[in-house]
Amino acid sequence: MSVPDTALDLFLDVRGLHKRFGENVVLAGVDLAVPRGAVVTVLGKSGTGKSVFLKCLAGIVHPDRGTIAFDGQSLDSHNAVARVEFRRRCSYLFQSNALLDSLTVLENVALPLEQTTQIPNREIRQRSLEALRQLELEKHRDRYPSQLSGGMQKRLALARAIVTRPELVLFDEPTAGLDPIRRNGVFEMIVKYQRQFGFTAVLVTHDLPEALVSSDQVALLDGGRMRFQGTPEAFNLSTDPTVRAFRDSAAALRDTIAAVRRGETVTSKEDL
Amino acid sequence: MIRALGKHTLGIVDELGDFALFTARAFTAAVGSRKLGRRIVRAIYEQGVRCVPVIVIVGLFTGLVLGLQGYYVLNRFGSEGLLGTLVSLTLVRELAPVLAALMLVGQAGSALAAELGIQRNSEQIDALETMGASTHAYLVSPRLIAAFIVFPIQTAVFAMVGLFGGYLSGSVLLHLQPGVYWSAVYNAVELQDVRECFIKAAVFGLLTVAICAYNGFNAHRRSGSTGARAVSASTTRAVVFSSIVVLAADYLITSILVNHS
Repeated sequence: MSVPDTALDLFLDVRGLHKRFGENVVLAGVDLAVPRGAVVTVLGKSGTGKSVFLKCLAGIVHPDRGTIAFDGQSLDSHNAVARVEFRRRCSYLFQSNALLDSLTVLENVALPLEQTTQIPNREIRQRSLEALRQLELEKHRDRYPSQLSGGMQKRLALARAIVTRPELVLFDEPTAGLDPIRRNGVFEMIVKYQRQFGFTAVLVTHDLPEALVSSDQVALLDGGRMRFQGTPEAFNLSTDPTVRAFRDSAAALRDTIAAVRRGETVTSKEDL
Repeated sequence: MIRALGKHTLGIVDELGDFALFTARAFTAAVGSRKLGRRIVRAIYEQGVRCVPVIVIVGLFTGLVLGLQGYYVLNRFGSEGLLGTLVSLTLVRELAPVLAALMLVGQAGSALAAELGIQRNSEQIDALETMGASTHAYLVSPRLIAAFIVFPIQTAVFAMVGLFGGYLSGSVLLHLQPGVYWSAVYNAVELQDVRECFIKAAVFGLLTVAICAYNGFNAHRRSGSTGARAVSASTTRAVVFSSIVVLAADYLITSILVNHS
C-alpha cells in the first residue's frame, strides 16, 4: 500500500481492522489515516466491504480486531466515554438516508439536537431552519420524507448530519442510485459544505471520476485490505495492478465491447 | 441431543436476560429524556384512543354472551337474580383484563412490533444510535409508560361495556328486572376485585408492550429471515408470545392474589 504523508495531524487513525461474518472475511487488516479537515474517499468495487468499514468506524458494526483512534483517543469497546464523545462530534450519512418517515422535514433535522443536547427549543428551531435554508429545503419543512424527491431526501439527510456542527462526517455511498447530474450535485454539495463548516469527511463510493476531483485523498479497498491511499494525482499515476484495474475499468470495458463486436471470444476476468 | 437441548436452553436464558435488560434500560433511559411527555401522549393516542372501538365492540359482545349463557344456566336453578353477580365478577376478575389485553396486543402491540421492525430494517434505529440519541428513551420508554395508563383504562371501559351488554341480554331481551341485575352487580363487586383487575391490567400492559417492542427492535437478530420476512416473523412472534404471557401471567397473579386474600 502507498503510505500518504499524513503524520502531521491525524484526526482518524484506523489500523488493522478485521471483520468477518461467519466464514466470510470482509475486512482483513484495513488501515486508513484521515488528516484533520480533509475529504478522504474510500473507493472499491461493490461488495468489497466499504459500508462495513464505515459502519465499524461509526460503531454500528463491531470489528473483530484492530484499532480506531479519533483525535488521539482510542475507540475500543472498553472506552465508552470516548465512543460517546465520538458520537457527539461525528455524523453519519446513510446510503438509504435513514430519515425518520413519521417525522416532518423540520422534525427530522431538529431530532439530533433535541435528543443529544440541552439547547433551548427556540434555538433548536432556529438552527434547524438555518440548516434547511442552507440546503434549500426551508419551504418543505412541514412535508414528510416520503413526499420529497431522492435528491431532496439526500439534502435532508445532509441537513440532519450537519445541524449538530460535527467535526467528522461519514458518508456511506452518498450518490447511490442517483443520475450523473444529481451525482455531481451531491459531490459539489459535500465539498461546498465541507469548506463552509470545516468538517473532516470520509466517503465511501465507487464513483471514481467524481471522487478524484472532489477528494483530498483517495483510498482503494480490495480483498479486505487498503491497496492504496494517497492524493488523486498519485492514484492516477499508480502502477499498482489493483489500482490500475479499478482506474482503467472504463477503458478495459471499451476494449472488451469492441472485441465482442468484432466477434472475438472474450473470457470474463472477474466475478460480478 | 443433550448438547442441542443445552444450547437451546442457554439460548432461552440468554434471550430472557436480554429482554430484562432491554425493559430495564427503557425505564432508566426515560429519566431526563426531552419531549418525553409529548411522545407519551402520542403513544396513549396510538394504544388507547385508536383501540377504543375494538374494546367497546368486543366488550359489548362478551357481556351479551355472558348475560345470555348465564341467564339460562341460572334459570335452571331459579337463580336468574344472580345474573348481575355472575356477569360482573367474571368480567372484573378475569375477562376484562385478559380480553382487553389480548385485543390491545392484536391492534396496538402488532402495530408497535411492525413499526419498530421497519425502523430497524430501514436503518432508522441505527441513525438514532449514530447521532448519539438513546433509542430506548426515544422509541420504547414512552410506549411502556403509556401502557401503564392505557391498559387499566381500557380494561375499565371493557368491563363497563360488558356489564351493559349483560344488562342488554339479561334485562332488555330476557326481561330480568333491571333493578335486580344492577343491584346484584353493585353488591357483588368489591374494592378488592377492582384492585385485582387494575393490577392485572397494568402487569399485562407492561409485559405485552415490552415483548412487542423487544421483538420489533431486534427484528434484525432473527436468524433465518431478513428484510420484510424478518419484520413479519417478529410481529407474529410478538403477538403469539404476548398472548401466551397474558394468559400465564393471569394464572400467576390470580393464584398469588387468591392466596393473599
